[in-house]
Amino acid sequence: MTEATLNTEDDSEDRNRRPPRAVVGSSLDREEEVFGKAYDPRIVRRIWAFVKPYRSQIYLSVAAVLAFTLTQLAFPLVIRYAIDNGMAQGGGGRSVLLWCIAGFAGLIAINFAASWVQETVVGKAAENVLFDMRRAMFAHLQRVSLSWMDKTEVGRLMSRLMGDVNSMQEFLETSVLSVGDIVLLFGIVGVLLWLDPLLGAITMATMPILFIVRLFWLPPAKVSFMAAHHTNSSANGALAEGINGVRTVQSLDRQQVNFDLYEEKARANLRAHLRAAKFAQVMVPIVDTLTGISMATVIVVGGQMVLGRQLDVGVMVAFLFYIQRFFDPIRSLTMQYSVFQRAMSSGTRIVEVLDVPVSIEDKPDAVALSRDMDGSVEFRNVTFGYRKNQPVLKNVSFRVNPGETVAIVGPTGSGKSSCMSLVHRFYDVWDGSVTVGGHDVRDVTQDSLGAEVAMVLQEPFLFTGSVIENIRYNKQSATREQVIDAARAVGAHDFIMSLADGYDTKLEQRGGNLSLGQRQLISFARALVADAKILVLDEATANIDSYTEMLIQKALKRLLEGRTGLVIAHRLATIRGADRIIVLQNGELLESGNHDQLMEKQGLYSRLYTMNYSSFDDLPENAEDMVATAVGKAT
Amino acid sequence: MSHVIAAQAGKGLSTLWRIMVLTWRHPWMVIITILSCFISSALQLWTPVLLGQAVDRAEGVLDGGVGAADALWTIAMILLVVSILRGLFTMSMNYFGEAVGHHTAYELRLAVYEKIQRLSFSYHDKVHTGDLITVGMLDLEGVRMFFATGLLRVILLGTLIGVGAYMLISTDWVLGLLALSFAPFVAVNSSITQLRLRATWLTLQEMLQNLSRVMEENLGGIRVVRAFAGGRHEMHKYNEASDAALELAHERVNIRVNSTSLMNVSFFISMGLVLWYGGERVMAGQMTVGTLAAFLTFMTILQMPVRQLGLLVNSFARASTCGNRLFAFLDLDVEIKDEPGAKPLKLGEGTLRFENVDFAYPSAPFRPVLSGISFEARKGETIGIVGRPGSGKSTIAHLIPRFYDVTGGRVTIDGQDVRALTLASLRQAVAVVQQDSFLFTTNIENNIAYGDPWAKEARIARASEFAQLHNYIIGLPTGYETIVGERGVSLSGGQRQRLNIARSLMLRPAVMVFDDSTAAVDAGTEQRIRTAMKRFARDRVTLIISHRLSSLMHADQILFIDEGRVVERGTHEELLALGGRYRALYDLQVKPGDDQLEAAE
Ligand SMILES: Nc1ncnc2c1ncn2[C@@H]1O[C@H](COP(=O)(O)OP(=O)(O)OP(=O)(O)O)[C@@H](O)[C@H]1O
Ligand SMILES: Nc1ncnc2c1ncn2[C@@H]1O[C@H](COP(=O)(O)OP(=O)(O)OP(=O)(O)O)[C@@H](O)[C@H]1O
Ligand SMILES: [Mg+2]
Ligand SMILES: [Mg+2]
Repeated sequence: MTEATLNTEDDSEDRNRRPPRAVVGSSLDREEEVFGKAYDPRIVRRIWAFVKPYRSQIYLSVAAVLAFTLTQLAFPLVIRYAIDNGMAQGGGGRSVLLWCIAGFAGLIAINFAASWVQETVVGKAAENVLFDMRRAMFAHLQRVSLSWMDKTEVGRLMSRLMGDVNSMQEFLETSVLSVGDIVLLFGIVGVLLWLDPLLGAITMATMPILFIVRLFWLPPAKVSFMAAHHTNSSANGALAEGINGVRTVQSLDRQQVNFDLYEEKARANLRAHLRAAKFAQVMVPIVDTLTGISMATVIVVGGQMVLGRQLDVGVMVAFLFYIQRFFDPIRSLTMQYSVFQRAMSSGTRIVEVLDVPVSIEDKPDAVALSRDMDGSVEFRNVTFGYRKNQPVLKNVSFRVNPGETVAIVGPTGSGKSSCMSLVHRFYDVWDGSVTVGGHDVRDVTQDSLGAEVAMVLQEPFLFTGSVIENIRYNKQSATREQVIDAARAVGAHDFIMSLADGYDTKLEQRGGNLSLGQRQLISFARALVADAKILVLDEATANIDSYTEMLIQKALKRLLEGRTGLVIAHRLATIRGADRIIVLQNGELLESGNHDQLMEKQGLYSRLYTMNYSSFDDLPENAEDMVATAVGKAT
Repeated sequence: MSHVIAAQAGKGLSTLWRIMVLTWRHPWMVIITILSCFISSALQLWTPVLLGQAVDRAEGVLDGGVGAADALWTIAMILLVVSILRGLFTMSMNYFGEAVGHHTAYELRLAVYEKIQRLSFSYHDKVHTGDLITVGMLDLEGVRMFFATGLLRVILLGTLIGVGAYMLISTDWVLGLLALSFAPFVAVNSSITQLRLRATWLTLQEMLQNLSRVMEENLGGIRVVRAFAGGRHEMHKYNEASDAALELAHERVNIRVNSTSLMNVSFFISMGLVLWYGGERVMAGQMTVGTLAAFLTFMTILQMPVRQLGLLVNSFARASTCGNRLFAFLDLDVEIKDEPGAKPLKLGEGTLRFENVDFAYPSAPFRPVLSGISFEARKGETIGIVGRPGSGKSTIAHLIPRFYDVTGGRVTIDGQDVRALTLASLRQAVAVVQQDSFLFTTNIENNIAYGDPWAKEARIARASEFAQLHNYIIGLPTGYETIVGERGVSLSGGQRQRLNIARSLMLRPAVMVFDDSTAAVDAGTEQRIRTAMKRFARDRVTLIISHRLSSLMHADQILFIDEGRVVERGTHEELLALGGRYRALYDLQVKPGDDQLEAAE
């Protein structure tokens, strides 16, 4: 572990070869291939629950589709009637023709009304279902526990919220039409058989062939369509990652490596799409050939029959008409089938989101923390962890009395932030309990907990929007004056005023046009505006200089009057105002007491404290050993 | 590098021309597609003629029925062959039409990706990631589809409608006109509709983007949302965005449906007219049933393409809006790139100099962030930088690897202006441990080796030992294979920072900048990192930005920055002796106690 070893060219290998471990795109992104069953009644039932509120519209539009299909079926029949009974010699002549035209006009009217009703009703209902579904997912995600969210990527959720929901729309809109297609198919079969059973049967002899061909075609075709879909999302995922991490990519000069990896993905995508296109198009000549065979059959067989006066010429014309439409429903039904498939896999993913268990939920008899609770916080034998069998906090107990300010210190990774997450019930403890204001956090409503415990998180997060919107956040009742007061208290007022539009300046994504310390100040101000009984500061001033910090502390003294404070800090000067200090190490409570008591104890705290102020040069000889004991296990 | 040529192809031409130029980069496929298109539409137009003849033969109107049976066979066989050929050529037209699009998309995709990676920080500062994703996905799609759904359809429809109309009118002009009477109506109607749909589509897209921004920020900032019990507030934001989009979506359904229903009606009306007038003619003996049947069949063939005119208009409109945005993006000037004649950095002494540097962010050009910053650091030296939030410390760090360019003065390494160097050589020589680290959703090993993916495992382990992270990692059940979660959520703040340090240690820089990179690390761990770094620092210039004075009090020179100016400079001892602001800061940190607070003011 010396400079020499870190820096020698011990790996002067061929840098042109493919980097062995580089990837682009998320490693979580191995999107489970939801090939699934073609038909999963459970999923259908869940989706139906969203359609149900609009079922009267659906029934109406199915009726309209039926009417529409029937008119489609009837048009050739009218034409046939006009030819055979109107125009042919010895037919009814003009009056029949006029009647036919009148009938035709009637059908047109019905056709128009039906198609209008069907498309409007279904179109709107589908949009409604879609938005309902998305809202339900989003609302559900607001309740899902953070432990699940930690493991899930935003991009992936977004693709479910947008992409999968959209592919449900395609399905909903066309599924009503497929009812019409089925009716049309059977209708044509029926009409052909009715017009002339023999000719009908011969003509339709090609139909089973198509079915059989489709049967063989479908499985590989489906795989190729899915592959195209997957390579698409994989390439898009890599693109999104490239955009989000662009600063890191540039500063580590990784562009070329990433580009090569991305190129691989793009090429795979190209190949998959070409393959899918082949599969899609190969059906065209087959269908056309079969149509050709059927038409040829009608011409030869039907033509002979017409010649032999066994068949009216109008029937032959009608046959030719029907044949051209004959394959349409089959084609669109198989298309429907792949839409259906896609919708099923999208549906599965949507239902997956809706089914994420809400492990942290208000009890039915949960009480709301009231304004005038005492503001105490107590940990009783708390054990907690993120991964099974790996506790992060072990049997931690402490109490923060009303109005007290308590500091939590400890080496990095010792579990300080985790403690704070528990106060807010981001996670549930494995064992023991956390009480706030005398109530177990599991017995109070999360809303009231949120209103009474304000937090400054270790990682400041700002929303796109103006400064004032960010500070006010969900405290809509906060006046502009209150916002400005809070900003003044944290020393952010001056720099905010120096921005182009002061408090109304729009922040870029995640507050990117501010310095990190400035972002932290705004997120601090947000917690002050929330005006809660308990204030939790998780390294709230880590990126702020001591002078500004001191000013904040002075202001806080006034603001925190009668409130409880929990402060985490590494800079021990930050916590000098604390009533009590709790030292955590490796998830265990090591010592607690006020500054003087702890210094006297000569424990971890006093060591950390002295180290904070020792300068680089007077580092004790055995510094490494000393720190190793202090930090060793914890890191 | 075909994508580079593709990105440049047709630059300066109007959008649609430029797409055509791009398309023409695959001439063979384009030629095959277009030939197939002509052949298949000719074959398709032949079908109704054959059907009409067949009907007439069957009725025995031609030649009094002599040889009718044979003639029927002949027609049937021709029809079969025509159908098969038509199928084959349609297939080839569709396939190659799509293939052209996919090949174009492939090149554009690479061009977009490369552009994203090259565009400088100032661009990424002002453009929301969601908008870039839209360019890379939706806009690219619009351009890809143009050949198959736009250009090719023009040729196809032109042939079908043109030749079809000619055939109908030359057979019987009155009937022909009647049969075609629906076409102009439908064409105009559907074009207008599609343009209206297009206009609303753009608005809808904006609304949906807005909606997804609300959702994305909610999910990204879920901890803030939870911490403030902001669920209801977020639902409110969501509903606002969602309701607006839903309303517009409904409106679009209305526009679309009104038009398609009317198109259907107009088609059937002209079919009825043909039937009526044609029927009269047949009864008057001026026309055969077969001809009538041929007319009606023609109409069914024409029905589709005429309706598709609308889609065609849509495709053109879409390609031109999407193409506008896409090409504007590809043509963007990269602000920070290798200047002509840029040379790779030649490292000698490894001296870093700031000479009278002024700077303002491009998004706020009149708000100076740095003014007249000068300092020099030689190999082995350490420079410490302190100052209030927003005083410009990170900005100094950003100027060395040219994330932004200075607006005045210059930054040099060994006397070479950084602007005269190739970016790659510069960035390999300067490592910045960024204040605001971004971790990738992959395992720890890949994250550490991000800047050097060829590195051997041993080196990765050593870097993480230096950053005091190794012990923690090997304690994990999956060790270096552990995935850190999005942006490193499953790590503590200090662990994220140390991972970030380890990642930069993998490089072999001449200048190393630690931008507040131990703020979330306790003093003990920091001490160890510092000890390890002491040896590492011997070979390079080190800049340490920190609020914790113990991190930088050993520096050879400390700069105290305020409002973009150096207000105090010197070694720790000198600055203490000076008794200025640094001293006040030091007292605040070192000697706790209320008396000190008063003194500091
Ligand atoms: N969401 C999570 N999923 C899995 N493990 C986690 C998660 N958050 C934290 N940990 C782990 O739990 C341990 C304690 O983390 P915590 O964030 O509480 O530390 P901390 O004391 O706040 O440290 P720091 O001072 O570095 O912020 C660490 O080892 C960390 O890796
Ligand atoms: N991308 C940006 N676009 C516009 N202005 C910016 C941008 N980044 C920073 N600024 C502004 O420039 C000034 C200096 O920012 P800088 O990040 O250098 O501060 P800093 O000294 O590093 O502060 P901190 O201690 O908070 O990290 C600030 O006023 C900030 O608002
Ligand atoms: Mg923490
Ligand atoms: Mg900074």
